[in-house]
Amino acid sequence: MIFSKTLLRRPSVLPGFDLALGLTLLYLSLIVLVPLSAAFLRTTSLTWPAFVDVVTSPRVVASYKLTFGASLLAATVNAVFGLLVAWVLVRYEFFGRRFVDALVDLPFALPTAVAGITLTGLYASNGWIGQYLEPMGLKVAFTPVGVFVAMTFIGLPFVVRTVQPILEDMAPELEEASATLGASRWQTFIRVILPILAPALLTGYALAFARALGEYGSIIFIAGNMPMVSEITPLLIITKLEQYDYAGATAIAVVMLVMSFILLLAINGLQAWARKRQGK
Amino acid sequence: MSSLSPPNVTGATKEPIWVRWLLISVALVFLSLFLFVPLVSVFFEAFKKGVDVYLAAITESDAVSAIKLTLIAAVIAVPLNLVFGVAAAWSIAKFDFRGKSVLLTLIDLPFSVSPVIAGLIYVLIFGLQGWWGEWLRDNDLKVIFAVPGIVLATIFVTFPFVARELIPLMQAQGQEQEEAARVLGASGFQTFWKVTLPNVKWALLYGVILCNARAMGEFGAVSVVSGHIRGQTNTLPLHIEILYNEYQFAASFAVASLLASLALVTLVLKYIVERRVRQQLAIANDVGVVS
Repeated sequence: MIFSKTLLRRPSVLPGFDLALGLTLLYLSLIVLVPLSAAFLRTTSLTWPAFVDVVTSPRVVASYKLTFGASLLAATVNAVFGLLVAWVLVRYEFFGRRFVDALVDLPFALPTAVAGITLTGLYASNGWIGQYLEPMGLKVAFTPVGVFVAMTFIGLPFVVRTVQPILEDMAPELEEASATLGASRWQTFIRVILPILAPALLTGYALAFARALGEYGSIIFIAGNMPMVSEITPLLIITKLEQYDYAGATAIAVVMLVMSFILLLAINGLQAWARKRQGK
Repeated sequence: MSSLSPPNVTGATKEPIWVRWLLISVALVFLSLFLFVPLVSVFFEAFKKGVDVYLAAITESDAVSAIKLTLIAAVIAVPLNLVFGVAAAWSIAKFDFRGKSVLLTLIDLPFSVSPVIAGLIYVLIFGLQGWWGEWLRDNDLKVIFAVPGIVLATIFVTFPFVARELIPLMQAQGQEQEEAARVLGASGFQTFWKVTLPNVKWALLYGVILCNARAMGEFGAVSVVSGHIRGQTNTLPLHIEILYNEYQFAASFAVASLLASLALVTLVLKYIVERRVRQQLAIANDVGVVS
């Protein structure tokens, strides 16, 4: 009753608004909002200088650099190859296309621990892939490169799945018009197709980046977890927790949470932009 | 006549054949390296030391209790998130109210929070040094390093899945059908059961499939709250980690292959159900255009 009187913009003949919204808000608060605010409140047990001290200590800063750098690189690789894969899946007919289309979602469906041990096995010096890379001087497993490989794996479907529907819906007339006006195929792609795909591409990029930033399971197996070298930020939170340094763990978590919220806002903005571009 | 027919028209909006093949090849090589080879290697490594080792690894008592705990977590988390998803979608898609976009963002929140932090927040509340830590200890209740913590962490990371699939579809479908049902005398429950539910059943199933896959495979969040007590608080992903760290690679991959099989089943179901969801969405959009 309280919700339908205060929040509802126009009355409806449909029942259940109070019950449904009440249940939604209760559950959301219990599971997500209250526990998350606990994290923020907990940091108040630290003074500001102590907080700054924890989140800017050399080992933590090194982990930010690795986590951010590898996430950016992985998201970039996924943007390029994701666009390519989406293009190939939508535009071309080839043997096994449907199989490949279904397989793209594997990183969403495969538990991260499984991905972690599998990638480690493949890229170790005696692994199926690692044995060819190591003679070339490229060590992947137990180095920062491994972090990048794991992040690329788990972020792979995002760009494909955001770009694919836009590419499917694109009116062929646009490309035909571009061609009749004398544009080469490459010019059409750069000046007509790419701008249309841009919001979706950026959304996918941001989603892949956000996922890589917070990823833990698949990375810890392959990273080697050497302090200052191949230690990701989420792992530091766990390390602090295991030392019963709750305040320290929470301080780092709050820095990561703030980053995630900024990214979430950016993603929402991008999606709003994309909807506007689609005219919906 | 043939000289009058226009030059290769399709060529203007298609790439030359060699470009097409180049792009297809690059895409396939990339996907093989990152998806297909890892998938094959899970099963290869699992059976490397023979079927006996494989069977022993997945039937040993710690593995069985890990399977049980994983199932328990999923059996609790999925229905709760299903009920929440339906309630959230009903209020968001069928009604126009203030603060809707904020609510939508908040529902998506667990996706943008690192799984490690998802585990941490529950430790901060229920852990020994947490808000309710002493009270829980005095009353002999355990949440962290016990099953309730694992269930909570699982619920958190799978929180948005069902709501996320239902909301766009139900928004596209609008509320005309439900309003008609009400005008014709259906009760609220009948309206939901006979009008809304059939319209969204595939999206519902789709959300449940994704939710379940994540619930059974979650590692980071569960790892923080579990305490890794063998036979008691180990889920399948945690059991894989323990075996792996003990250099029992064949056993570790054997257990991993169970989860990889689950992932394959998920992919197949997802592929089948996804088409139905798209059909329902296309119908909803067409009806929207007509009315």
